[in-house]
Amino acid sequence: MKVLVAVKRVVDYNVKVRVKADGSDVDVANVKMSMNPFDEIAVEEAVRLKEAGKATEIVAVSMGVKQCEETLRTALAMGADRAIHVETDAELQPLAVAKLLKQVAVKEAPQLVILGKQAIDDDANQTGQMTAALLGWAQGTFASKVELGDGSVNVTREVDGGLETVKLSLPAVLTTDLRLNEPRYVKLPNIMAAKKKPLDKTSPADLGVDVTPRLKTLKVAEPAKRSAGVKVANAAELVAKLKNEAKVL
Amino acid sequence: MAILVIAEHDNSQIKSGTLNTVTAAQKLGSDVHLLVAGAGCAAAADAAKQIAGVSKVLLADAAALAHPLAENLTPLVVDLAKQYSHVLAPATTFGKNLLPRVAALLDVAQISEITAVESADTFVRPVYAGNVMATVQSSDAIKVITVRTTAFEAAAVSGGAAAVEAVSGAADAGLSSFVSQELTVSDRPELAAAKIVVSGGRALGSAEQFKAVIEPLADKLGAAVGASRAAVDAGYAPNDYQVGQTGKVVAPQLYVAVGISGAIQHLAGMKDSKVIVAINKDEEAPIFQVADYGIVGDLFSVLPELMTELSK
Repeated sequence: MKVLVAVKRVVDYNVKVRVKADGSDVDVANVKMSMNPFDEIAVEEAVRLKEAGKATEIVAVSMGVKQCEETLRTALAMGADRAIHVETDAELQPLAVAKLLKQVAVKEAPQLVILGKQAIDDDANQTGQMTAALLGWAQGTFASKVELGDGSVNVTREVDGGLETVKLSLPAVLTTDLRLNEPRYVKLPNIMAAKKKPLDKTSPADLGVDVTPRLKTLKVAEPAKRSAGVKVANAAELVAKLKNEAKVL
Repeated sequence: MAILVIAEHDNSQIKSGTLNTVTAAQKLGSDVHLLVAGAGCAAAADAAKQIAGVSKVLLADAAALAHPLAENLTPLVVDLAKQYSHVLAPATTFGKNLLPRVAALLDVAQISEITAVESADTFVRPVYAGNVMATVQSSDAIKVITVRTTAFEAAAVSGGAAAVEAVSGAADAGLSSFVSQELTVSDRPELAAAKIVVSGGRALGSAEQFKAVIEPLADKLGAAVGASRAAVDAGYAPNDYQVGQTGKVVAPQLYVAVGISGAIQHLAGMKDSKVIVAINKDEEAPIFQVADYGIVGDLFSVLPELMTELSK
């Protein structure tokens, strides 16, 4: 069984981004970039499926600028077998990424497409659901447990009230939540080996996809800052403040 | 054109996020329709028609809709959406699962988790864990939107008198089925809508201590219980307690963070709370930078004192 894993290059989760002075966009020049943490969980899940003898081949795919190659090399170092880079300098929004991912999935014919539930830059939480829709496949979003069956997969999902398990027919799209697994630490020999694994290039034009953005960002701004309040000495003082000053008790 | 809101419900009751979504919809137009899609959901539709500001309730009652499977709900919503200028749902796991699938089939963008309506095509939404607010304009004919529920007041649950119109055509797409669920059973208020939230972090040290220390305080205050990602990952609290960028976003009157350091991902989920209290033994913890009132101290000694003070 082939598994396709989509990975996004994003600003590292430890970086606190700043807004450009003209408010036109976020300043991401010279900041550390990494694989979207939820996509790392997706790669890890695919690798575990392969280690368990359930998946035979893992194909990692990423869309975007040239440097996405680095993100794909990370996926290869984690255990993906080969990579596809849909290279473009264009701004890619979730609908466009889903259209590209659909075309890659049609060519590769995987049984599972796994990706993160959301990217930590745009926080959109859309691409997996959109890809499933365009392919006409089932979707297992916010997965915390994946159990492959015969022609189907049982997915336990993190929902607002707790956990929900659904049975999906294959092929299907899964999006990962935090508790699905803990991604492995990539070792140096694997990084070296990953450099020799195949990485193929394609483009939105090759795939016949119009990636024109549908949403225009008019401006970005930092939200109103909270200022630090006061330290109180003990519980008695706290309760007094909450009752008399904040009036929330 | 009218605005369509997809109601989140459990077939008998309307979930609170729907009420906030109705308020967001009213900022787009006066004719707000509410879709109640389920199985044996007449009671939910009955509650829906009384929500203030709803002019029509669309009731789709079919066995295939007993559980909110996106594969079965999507064709129904896509079909209805063509008669509307906007389709909205709460940015809960229900809405986040469903609406992107709807948007893709309509070939439109989805606008995620809006916090403000600037005009019929322009919205404000958080990006980068809420550290940046982006104002975005949609060029699509139909705007498909999820709504951050804490950013809009809840519509009144009574006062409305909408007509109920049956919608047919829902079918099983044959792609997915419901197997089981493990829902957290609690008499406490719903986390996302609670007036007071008490959250525990890694410093609690164990599930037993989380239960023994956080829960009594929550019950004393009539509060919902939340947790940091670290506490959930460590198994101290269930996943649905997680407050943060990728968990639940809360904005209560009072948020009490106990033993939570305050990573930006956690702050993203609670920094719009009216009053924030932090109890942490690390004076340098980032949580104190957003807290209105902080106590530097060991939670295991501060919380019993707090319980005593609250009992006075």
